[in-house]
Amino acid sequence: MNDASHLRIRDLSISFGDQPVLKNVSLDVPDRKITVIVGPSGCGKTTLLKSLNRLLDSVDDVHIRGHIYVDDDDIYDPRVEVTRVRKKMGLLSQKPQVLPMSIFDNIAYGPRLHGVRDRKALAAIVERELKAAGLWDEVKDRLHGPAARLSVGQQQRLCLARGLAVEPEIILGDEPTSALDPQSSRIVEQRLMALKADYTVIVVTHILRQARRIADYIAFLYLGELVEHGPASAIFAAPRDPRTQAYFSGEIS
Amino acid sequence: MGFRRRKWEERIVRALMLVSTGLVLGSLLMILGTVIIKALPAINLDMITKTPQGGYYMGKAGGILNAILGSLYLASGATLLALLLSLPIVLSINTYSLRSKAWAVQVRFFLDVLWGVPSIVYGAFGFIVMTLLGLRASLLAGILTVALLELPIMARAMDEVIRLVPSALIDASASLGATRLETALRVVLRQSLPGILTAMLIAFGRGIGDAASVLFTAGFTDHIPTSLTQPAATLPLAIFFQLGTPFPEVRERAYASAAVLTLIILIVSLAARALSRKLRKHIIN
Repeated sequence: MNDASHLRIRDLSISFGDQPVLKNVSLDVPDRKITVIVGPSGCGKTTLLKSLNRLLDSVDDVHIRGHIYVDDDDIYDPRVEVTRVRKKMGLLSQKPQVLPMSIFDNIAYGPRLHGVRDRKALAAIVERELKAAGLWDEVKDRLHGPAARLSVGQQQRLCLARGLAVEPEIILGDEPTSALDPQSSRIVEQRLMALKADYTVIVVTHILRQARRIADYIAFLYLGELVEHGPASAIFAAPRDPRTQAYFSGEIS
Repeated sequence: MGFRRRKWEERIVRALMLVSTGLVLGSLLMILGTVIIKALPAINLDMITKTPQGGYYMGKAGGILNAILGSLYLASGATLLALLLSLPIVLSINTYSLRSKAWAVQVRFFLDVLWGVPSIVYGAFGFIVMTLLGLRASLLAGILTVALLELPIMARAMDEVIRLVPSALIDASASLGATRLETALRVVLRQSLPGILTAMLIAFGRGIGDAASVLFTAGFTDHIPTSLTQPAATLPLAIFFQLGTPFPEVRERAYASAAVLTLIILIVSLAARALSRKLRKHIIN
């Protein structure tokens, strides 16, 4: 497979207390493609995604073994600066979480944290990322209005723009369309498809139809185990493992 | 007949709710009414523009400007100091101690215990510390003591609001590369500002109305304090002293002072509400 993959997961095991959630997961995530992690609820999809930008650090009683390499740096190495790891990944959560500030400030938030102070530079970033997220035309006249007044679909695209503004290498989506109406879901899916030209995209979903629409690469998780993974076309056409077959046919969900 | 019984239950509960609401509203109106009616004969402009001229507590001329300003200085100072002390406590148990929930539980418990300590005990404690440090009754000693009294009230009230900040919002900020401090200051505080303001208001009201904690610590004087080391008069004590005289016209002045104190709290509450509405603009629901 792809040797140069810049996000590699090796023997990752995670447990909450004495409850194992992920068991020995190893996966090379292909660059500049959409990798979709599918599986029934409680299979560990979201945990896997959150482990990629160390959001599990703040969880009580979590035990993480194994390695995740981003550009050959193990992000769980104690010497690694956690904010730098997170800056490399943009996150879209299930329910869009805009920050309690204006639309402009939402997007400028990340760049400001990382030292961009110049107003013109910030304005340029805001415009560029809002365009990339397909939101510019709808909000260009009210950039300084509260982000909280946007519709949920617009909020999710704002979150996408906000994530892009810190110039990540990887975009993580945790069921990013589950709170959206069909129209907004389609827009977010289209944005993700467009963004894979420049970014490595990883999306968690439990909607198989969505996986079929957007996935280049599929990873199927079941009860904390990575059962099967490979190019989407191959996996959908001929799943090898009986559990994958059962999941695709709707016997387990 | 289950149906009839349940219908009666509904009626009885409704009646009980009306009675208790009426009791609360009635008490409020009766307190305000008593204060205002008893205060009316004594209310005049001198009262809020002049300090006591000799013999004020025996019915001679003057006003309670010394106590009005003393109370405002004292309660504002104490509220600011309590804010400076409680913000780090509350932010730490809500954004930093996520790894050890047990610590947060303990801190909350201690704050609740402090909340329950009677204000006369704070007053006595403040007095002991004061004499140990060689301080005299002063505005500073009063501010320190009242700040201690306000601290648990403010901290717990803020804690209840900051706890409501969704953890996904904190994650969102973290995943943009913010440190915990940046997240706490720029996102958590911003989201909880209206609640923090309310917490400050509750604490301010408690602080400005408390007599026992300032009795030994702030002292009492006819002069308006011009530095932190001078003693300061306060409205609750002015009310207390005036009510304790044998002169009816001085006791009327006590009610007038109470009316002024109530009015101050009302004005501060209204101002805080107006400000809070402005701050609500960006809040995420």
